[in-house]
Amino acid sequence: MQRTERLDMDLKRGSTSHSAYNLRPALPEGEERRTLSVLVDNESGVLARVIGLFSGRGYNIESLTVAETDHTGHRSRITVVATGTPMVIEQIKAQLDRMVPVHRVRDLTVEGPSVERELALVKVANTGESRVESLRLKDSFRASVVDASLDSFVFELTGSPEKIDAFVDLMRPLGLVDVSRTGVAAISRGPEGM
Amino acid sequence: MADAMNGTMTGAEMVIKALIDQGVDTVFGYPGGAVLPIYDEMFKQNKIRHVLVRHEQGATHAAEGYARSTGKPGVVLVTSGPGATNAVTGMQDALMDSIPMVVLTGQVPTFMIGGDAFQEADTVGITRPCTKHNWLVKDTDKLAKTIHEAFYVATNGRPGPVLVDIPKDVQFADGTYVSPRNAKPKTYEPKVKGDPTAIQEAVALIQQAKRPIFYTGGGVINSGPQASQLLRELVAATGFPITSTLMGLGSYPASGEAWLGMLGMHGSYEANLAMHGCDLMICIGARFDDRITGRLDAFSPDSKKIHIDIDPSSINKNVKVDVPIVGDVGHVLEDMLRIFRSGGAQSDKAGLAEWWKTIQTWRAVDCFSYENSDTVIKPQYATQRLAAAMVAHGDYYVTTEVGQHQMWAAQYIPFEAPNRWMTSGGLGTMGYGLPAAVGVQMAHPKSLVVDVSGEASFMMNMQEIATAVQYRLPIKIFILNNERLGMVRQWQELLHGERYSSSYSEALPDFVKLAEAFGGHGIQCDNPGDLDEAIAEMIAYDGPVIFDCLVEKHENCFPMIPSGKAHNEMLLAASLDPGQIGQAIEAGGAVMV
Repeated sequence: MQRTERLDMDLKRGSTSHSAYNLRPALPEGEERRTLSVLVDNESGVLARVIGLFSGRGYNIESLTVAETDHTGHRSRITVVATGTPMVIEQIKAQLDRMVPVHRVRDLTVEGPSVERELALVKVANTGESRVESLRLKDSFRASVVDASLDSFVFELTGSPEKIDAFVDLMRPLGLVDVSRTGVAAISRGPEGM
Repeated sequence: MADAMNGTMTGAEMVIKALIDQGVDTVFGYPGGAVLPIYDEMFKQNKIRHVLVRHEQGATHAAEGYARSTGKPGVVLVTSGPGATNAVTGMQDALMDSIPMVVLTGQVPTFMIGGDAFQEADTVGITRPCTKHNWLVKDTDKLAKTIHEAFYVATNGRPGPVLVDIPKDVQFADGTYVSPRNAKPKTYEPKVKGDPTAIQEAVALIQQAKRPIFYTGGGVINSGPQASQLLRELVAATGFPITSTLMGLGSYPASGEAWLGMLGMHGSYEANLAMHGCDLMICIGARFDDRITGRLDAFSPDSKKIHIDIDPSSINKNVKVDVPIVGDVGHVLEDMLRIFRSGGAQSDKAGLAEWWKTIQTWRAVDCFSYENSDTVIKPQYATQRLAAAMVAHGDYYVTTEVGQHQMWAAQYIPFEAPNRWMTSGGLGTMGYGLPAAVGVQMAHPKSLVVDVSGEASFMMNMQEIATAVQYRLPIKIFILNNERLGMVRQWQELLHGERYSSSYSEALPDFVKLAEAFGGHGIQCDNPGDLDEAIAEMIAYDGPVIFDCLVEKHENCFPMIPSGKAHNEMLLAASLDPGQIGQAIEAGGAVMV
């Protein structure tokens, strides 16, 4: 069970788009999806530098999250989910690693087991049967209600990106209004730090 | 925190002190509102020479010329807004060719940033992709440390340009100076020693190789003169042939027995065929650029590849290699040579002899030959005569602009030592050569510095003649004047049905009068018989010279690997019939640059 992502993919094989386990669009032949953890100095412009690298060199980002994780050391941790051929992925890692404010780059997808989570806030506006159904689905996805009115809910949901995709798809016919997602945060399993 | 070494001073004083502490003797720049405090401090001292260029782009290329010819970082000082944006081309040029350069820019005061102030531009935003790193300094206490860090980043690892943006209020405010030794960045420590196992693996391949080749680049020169020395020893010890990229010319002497000439799009037949047919390629400080590889899927199909590079991102970027060695060329070559010698310096002598025999048959093709003329000066002939005169004179440095003349200069001018050849390789910046010559001549006032130029490139930065005149820099601008954008014209002939869209000049100035107007000396020559004498006059003249050499207008530069073709599909001048040239490139290759 090296790769949580592979595990999810295996479970979803053969499913339909209506299933709770629907597949994300397949990657082009020869491309892979990798989750990279990048430890950087929290200085001004560092995020622009990382994003500029991806856009300037034509690399694909699926998601990117950043926040300061060490206040005293002024360090931030960026989690990038990137896709590309293995050669391009190696390039991305090398290009990130040679940037001056970058301390370390880890490829969580290949360097051992890791956990990936994303948080979503999902707003639905509905009444009657749809309202009841959305609450039922909320329970089965272990989401929680963070805001409610007589004709709307905001659900908070944490999980893998695929789980959030599935929940959002299910909410669509039930009055989906808005989705806000954080992008993936990831960390390696086991006792070792980055 | 003030002590004997550290003291309180203004930001502007700090800039000058930091430059002096970094060993800077020459700054290329142009003043303006946002750097006036620094120029005021420049005025009060005499340890640093300031060279007033005529355009900020000129400052950056002059700094590149200075850096390339000395091995020290080039320093540029310009103002905010247009000063910074004009410097962008030179920074990208230095980034692509790995030239160490520190650019200091003025900025509007911190409290005005973001308000669209006069001459405000988001300099760090604009220059982020064209520098190795850049900094906006908002606190005078951090200024000295940042400048020292900038020098460290520019010169360590793969060299490149950096920029420090200094708001005007930071220049006026007081702060504490720190010395260079306390200013190493925490996160940037490039690896210089290569992995010993990988080096051993490489040596094992070297011992077995039957058809090997050294493919070297600008990284050898960046690593310092010692690296060039070690390269020569390794070539001698192995007996392998060697070729080099445009950027690496001089690291191995052109007169050396193992020298095959430059490789790549306009490289020699023997170098390119040897690259194609080798069984072991030892790439040292080069980056498998598209001008070198030609068609990637047909690039050197049967070889094992060793790649030595200080930048891990250069490894496997375009071409997959078998033995990557991340490290500084000098360090790696030293280890490699030691291991090779300790193993008895064995190589496959019989295989090598066979390989050299094959190479001799390629050499016999004489790929740089051309049809000369008694009546018109052929550009190749002009370049050869210039080369002969420079060799006879000795101690010469050559810069070039970009285009056909650049390739002819690379083909016909021999370089025996590193740091003697300054050209814009990666970015291909027309207008590079003249300001670069200014930078070279500042660093080497007694040497012969020649900018081999085309009339179109020359006009892109010709204002720098005034700089040369002001500082009494006797640079020689040797223009191969064909009244055409020669390389553009060549591609249009090859690819676009001989429709010469905007590739000729209808309104050229009189270059002799132009030279005189600037206070230099002008020479014109249009007769092959007068050429040697005219070149001698140019070299003998004590001052800047524009040499207007009127050459054959429609000469093409050969050999050539058309884009989208492999190394063994070179076009040679002799092999082409008139009319055939338009069919030389297929549609698939036309989309490539």
